[in-house]
Amino acid sequence: MADLSELYQQVILDHNKKPRNFKVINPADREQEGYNPLCGDQITIYLKLSDDLIEDVGFQGSGCAISKASASMMTTAVKGKTKEEAELLFDEFHRMVKGELNPETDPHHLGRLTILAGVREFPARVKCASLSWHTLRAALGGNNETVSTELTEE
Amino acid sequence: MLTVMKANFDVQQIRKDFPILKQEVNGRQLIYLDNAATSQKPQVVIDAINRYYKEQNANVHRGVHFLSQLATREYDDARVKVQRFINAAESHEIIFTRGTTESINLVAYSYGRKFVREGDEIIISAMEHHSNIVPWQILCEQTGAKLRVIPINDDGELLIDEFALMLNPRVKLVAVAHLSNALGTLNPVKRIIELAHSHDIPVLLDGAQAAPHLKIDVRDLDCDFYAFSGHKMCGPTGIGVLYGKSELLNMMPPFMGGGDMIASVTFEKTTYNVLPAKFEAGTPHIEGAIVLGVAIDYLNSVGLDRVAAYEHELLGYATEVIGAIPGIKIIGTAREKASVLSFTLDGIHPHDMGTILDQEGIAIRAGHHCAQPVMKRFGIPATARASFAFYNTREEIDALAEGIQKAVEVFNG
Repeated sequence: MADLSELYQQVILDHNKKPRNFKVINPADREQEGYNPLCGDQITIYLKLSDDLIEDVGFQGSGCAISKASASMMTTAVKGKTKEEAELLFDEFHRMVKGELNPETDPHHLGRLTILAGVREFPARVKCASLSWHTLRAALGGNNETVSTELTEE
Repeated sequence: MLTVMKANFDVQQIRKDFPILKQEVNGRQLIYLDNAATSQKPQVVIDAINRYYKEQNANVHRGVHFLSQLATREYDDARVKVQRFINAAESHEIIFTRGTTESINLVAYSYGRKFVREGDEIIISAMEHHSNIVPWQILCEQTGAKLRVIPINDDGELLIDEFALMLNPRVKLVAVAHLSNALGTLNPVKRIIELAHSHDIPVLLDGAQAAPHLKIDVRDLDCDFYAFSGHKMCGPTGIGVLYGKSELLNMMPPFMGGGDMIASVTFEKTTYNVLPAKFEAGTPHIEGAIVLGVAIDYLNSVGLDRVAAYEHELLGYATEVIGAIPGIKIIGTAREKASVLSFTLDGIHPHDMGTILDQEGIAIRAGHHCAQPVMKRFGIPATARASFAFYNTREEIDALAEGIQKAVEVFNG
């Protein structure tokens, strides 16, 4: 049976209550909206870039604890990273929440992001955890269309 | 009166009719409180699906052979059962569709194509399901007509005085929910119909939520169209009904072309079949219609008046018990309500609530309930929604309250 206490760990609840980098960056080099039409979760990500480096990142929006905590933890993970490093984290994170990467046995660079590994036991919640990451990826790609998890997760 | 009905209503006996309710989910006894999304099916309905394919399967209105005649008779009988269920004057006023959504689209396309022009108006309400918004928006985009919306108050009740002021000769149709899926509001549809008819404007009622909970009488209501779905009233998915007054249906062009809906076809000219066949192109969902008839027999045997009384009492209990939990806000507090309890809880998003309750075996809906404008009206992204059927019990509502307390513990430690 899936374990609730692994999904709602203290760290996740803390990020939900006090999300980091919960701010508008104005002016931002990139501004990207993401949306989960099934549940109405909505996020906007702001990026300050210096060449390939993510100098600053902020987010706004509304959503469940998992989506908010995941967005918050993502911002702390990618701040100061290059685009390429962020892409790699996206890929590893995505595979982890889908259960394709086991953070205990497979090599990875996820660090504290592994706290969200519990999501893999709740398939209905994978979209919540990955909304911010899909939105970040679109922001880095410079595609201004709203990201929808319905299109990206099917 | 209510106590007499309660005494007659043996919910434990009724629960035995629904095999799925015996199931365990996540190691707990299933508590199914997502009836507004779809209802569970009694054994007689499940058996009837099986029996149709084992003993009756053939295409309808086509063959002289035994099975085709049997299937045709059963299919036509089902139409009469639906007619009686909603007290329509004629069985040919019953059109089988895939569900409420298709029924509303049929009217939007067919009635809309015939009667709606640039500058005309369609009136809906602020509490509609997307399926009673989007077809009208499409119609308005295509014709240049205007969509107007009856506002609601903070309790989730329609502002009828405002509605009365919106009526004018440009309005070609009023389309409103009988019972709101997101708020549980039971709308004063008779009054709405009287007002619209005083301006000669026809009214469509979206009865998707109402049909399994109330006794529907389309002649007493005097509605012009009534749309509902089989799967929300103990029947299978993929079958639904559009009721329409025959004088209107007769004036409307076909919705889809194909077999069964024609009288004769040449490459020069096709003449259309009479009602109801005109609106049922192609091989219909024969099994669905027949089994919907069985579901109606079942609901009649339970008695919709008794169902309504029992559910009213159950909703009252749930409102009291859940409403007493600190931090709970009930969304939708209309005086007239049925079967739906939508709520938010401070600091806990409905999705997290949904996941935690699921671990307790409790199925609720979390989200916008395909009614995003309603969420916007109340300034919230989503609600948690418990929706009841006549097989739910007070004990299940107590378990829901305990589950909500558990969510509070998870979040507040």
